[in-house]
Amino acid sequence: MAHATGIKYLKPGVLPHMWCSGCGIGGMLGALLRACEELGYSNSDTVVVTGIGCTGKLDDYLLTNALHTTHGRALAYATGIKAFKPQLKVIVIMGDGDSVTIGGNHFIHAARRNIDLTAIVLNNLNYGMTGGQVSGTTPEWALTSTTVYGNPEREFDICALAETAGANYVARSTPYHGWEMKELMKQALQKKGFSLVEVVSPCPTHFGRNNEMKETPAMLRWLEGRALPLERYRGLPQAERRNYFPVGTLVDRDEPDFSTRYATIRARALQE
Amino acid sequence: MLQATKQGRKAKKAVPVAAREMRLMQGNQAIAEGAIYAGARFYAGYPITPSSEIADECATRLPKLGGTYIQMEDEMASIAAVIGASLAGAKALTATSGPGFSLMQENLGLAVMGEVPCVVVDVQRAGPSTGLATKPAQSDIMQVRWGRHGDQAVIALCPATVRECFTLTVQAFNFAERFRLPVILMPDEIVGHMRENVALPLPGEIELIERKAPSGAPAAYLPFKPDEDGIAPLAAYGGEYVFHVTSSMHGTDGYSNNDPVNAAWRVRQLHEKIERHRDEIVLTQSWYTEDMEVLIVTLGATTRAGRSAALEARAKGIKAGVLQLQTVWPFPDREVAALGKAVRMVVVPEMNYSGQVAGEVQKALGAGADLRRVNKYNGTIITPQDILDAILRPAAGGAT
Repeated sequence: MAHATGIKYLKPGVLPHMWCSGCGIGGMLGALLRACEELGYSNSDTVVVTGIGCTGKLDDYLLTNALHTTHGRALAYATGIKAFKPQLKVIVIMGDGDSVTIGGNHFIHAARRNIDLTAIVLNNLNYGMTGGQVSGTTPEWALTSTTVYGNPEREFDICALAETAGANYVARSTPYHGWEMKELMKQALQKKGFSLVEVVSPCPTHFGRNNEMKETPAMLRWLEGRALPLERYRGLPQAERRNYFPVGTLVDRDEPDFSTRYATIRARALQE
Repeated sequence: MLQATKQGRKAKKAVPVAAREMRLMQGNQAIAEGAIYAGARFYAGYPITPSSEIADECATRLPKLGGTYIQMEDEMASIAAVIGASLAGAKALTATSGPGFSLMQENLGLAVMGEVPCVVVDVQRAGPSTGLATKPAQSDIMQVRWGRHGDQAVIALCPATVRECFTLTVQAFNFAERFRLPVILMPDEIVGHMRENVALPLPGEIELIERKAPSGAPAAYLPFKPDEDGIAPLAAYGGEYVFHVTSSMHGTDGYSNNDPVNAAWRVRQLHEKIERHRDEIVLTQSWYTEDMEVLIVTLGATTRAGRSAALEARAKGIKAGVLQLQTVWPFPDREVAALGKAVRMVVVPEMNYSGQVAGEVQKALGAGADLRRVNKYNGTIITPQDILDAILRPAAGGAT
């Protein structure tokens, strides 16, 4: 069987892409498009919604329906699309700024509402497009162009946030784990309800340069060394967990999604 | 036989009031009813006084019609969801008031840039900030026009009666669909909360306009290529026409395009599609203007006060008339000039300090006009006496 390439979703003539050498966005997008191809998605029944920042540029490479929105609000736009037309496959691709910093409120409420869409969060640990400033997911004490003496704040655990808020499916991966990432995305795309795949990503241009990982391999090794399968992560003493993050499927449940619940509302309204 | 047919057709055109349903309604309720009449089946919003009755009504009615009411986490999300639903094919609306309307501005800019039909109701209340929650004002006139960054334009309508709350909401959807843009309906709190007996239009009585759908080969569809009328057809997500919409500067294909020639064309086109159809969009009403020497320019709640003031002035021998601005943006400058340049005095009552409407009236009339402002900005209504006092006041410089 021929391998899925995802090329059928790419606008002809747009490569090479605009992202920096060593950036994780290309790998993330490749995994996503392969997942879509393996699941038989078509351009017409798919809507890709993006926000602002490095990740927000990727709709320009796609042939699917797309909506490129404002900073942090992609999930709210996507919620309107999905709530009105539940048969659409809605994929929301955001950075860590979009998803859990400026857009954190929409993130927790989309998960709570369990709206049936897939959120892909490319977490590169800082604001890349504006020059490497601190974000809500920058590790504490890390150096960025606005935390030159170290980040005094703690970072969000995006997956834990989604789990607590009510997401049906939560997974984490990195561009170092390309094949697994694609498999996790396939599971997320097939899950009814709010699904999330966090892709912890290298940003050698900014985060890496500021934190002694200027070369791409150094950042990939850093990700590889910190990523642990869930069982191994859980086996660590609490004090050691700070140095690692679990990858793979972290949450998998089947609570009814928003549209299923709203069908009940319509039925009740008609009875009155 | 022919006679009977003629009479039948005539009867259909002029519906007897008795045939219509008479209901005691609030302005906000009439807005929700008007939206449903226009075909709106999607509401996303966040509660805020004095607009919440619109949400209540939509939450009750829409699910019965197979529609959707979704309460979002804030006003930024509300307008975002409305835009998303519209691109999936819905006639969609949200309703809010000053603080929420401020929060919606950035995403409203996307609706302008992406040419997405939608209706936003801003039931105006007194600011600044939380202000006189939730007393009436007419102080969002300029925010409605200029609240978003970047150079852009929208259409705004302002109802003065409960019946107009209904009819202008239908009109707002018609304009939004026809011209592919956000339309702001901007009643003041007085009109939003006012109750009147209303004979609602029957189905089919008001023409409903649907967005223009693409018709050519799907592969050749360009979502931002205007037809002869200056408006591009709009598909809906999920059909055979696949398309991109973006907040970024884009070409006719909806993909990013920062070319200076393209950018200049885009910004111009967003303005020109309104300017070209300006006479179709600008709606006004007037009373007692045939022989008038004094013109009172009103909108929303000042309309009734203005009409009473005009009658009281006439009882005193001063021939006063009224021009009501149903369309606020684009501003009815020609209509104001046509009536205002022929009179000795123009009075502009409005519920704000800075004379947001009077400034536009001044622009329309030019220098030398005896323009009198009546401003109230303490959350109380402008009375006919307030307007009459301005008419009776000696002109500046001592001449009367």
